[in-house]
Amino acid sequence: MKYSIRQRIIYYIFAGAVTGVCNGLFGGGGGMILVPALAFFLGAETKKAHATAIAVILPVSVVSAAIYYSSGNFPSAEGLPVSFGVAVGGIIGAFALGKIKAKGISLLFSALMFVAGVKMFL
Amino acid sequence: MKWFLFFLTGIAGGVLGGMGMGGGTLLIPALTTFFGLPQKSAQAINLAAFIPMSAIASLIHFNKGRVERDGLGFIIVPAALASAATSFLANASGGDVLKKLFGAFLVLLAVFQAFGGKKGGTEKPRRLEKDVPLLGEK
Repeated sequence: MKYSIRQRIIYYIFAGAVTGVCNGLFGGGGGMILVPALAFFLGAETKKAHATAIAVILPVSVVSAAIYYSSGNFPSAEGLPVSFGVAVGGIIGAFALGKIKAKGISLLFSALMFVAGVKMFL
Repeated sequence: MKWFLFFLTGIAGGVLGGMGMGGGTLLIPALTTFFGLPQKSAQAINLAAFIPMSAIASLIHFNKGRVERDGLGFIIVPAALASAATSFLANASGGDVLKKLFGAFLVLLAVFQAFGGKKGGTEKPRRLEKDVPLLGEK
């Protein structure tokens, strides 16, 4: 490891804080910050960055979800079928990953996000 | 019947999440625009929906030794504290402000995702090729 322990700890705390701010404020998106942050820091081990990011965001999402729930903002009638769908879709996505060209989809996805974002902002 | 549409929307978000493309970032606008849910409710759903999938994924990753455990607490503790603070903030804020902020956040992420990966050259790790996640992140 080319970084000192001190540098590493500061970097971790900073990356964690930024991830947490987004997770709580936007209800997601923390992984899109933490994965590249960890990949950059941990070097070439992308798989490790993904796995570590999920391990971080899981407890953080539990905390955030509990706060949203206790504030009365979780609608069960809609939330439960969506959650179940996400679990099923997650398995499909994980298996489909190796079989399709990811780059084109990623760009299409970026374009969709951009349009949705502009629409929400205006 | 409506639950089935929500279920399908969840699948679409989950597939993207499973492919490591941050499905939640599209699940939230889909829930607000197609179903007219309030921004806060969509965010709450996205947070809750992430938990079961990532719990399974984490268990598998952890058992396979893919999680960098060294110093993990230095990421989790500040992340959880920051997240708790901004969760309270989000729930106390007006939905319209939150929606605008979220829109700006999406645009930033979109630009980052479209152009961010390119500048690293060959040395930099790239997502989504050989090193695929078992189950993706949100």
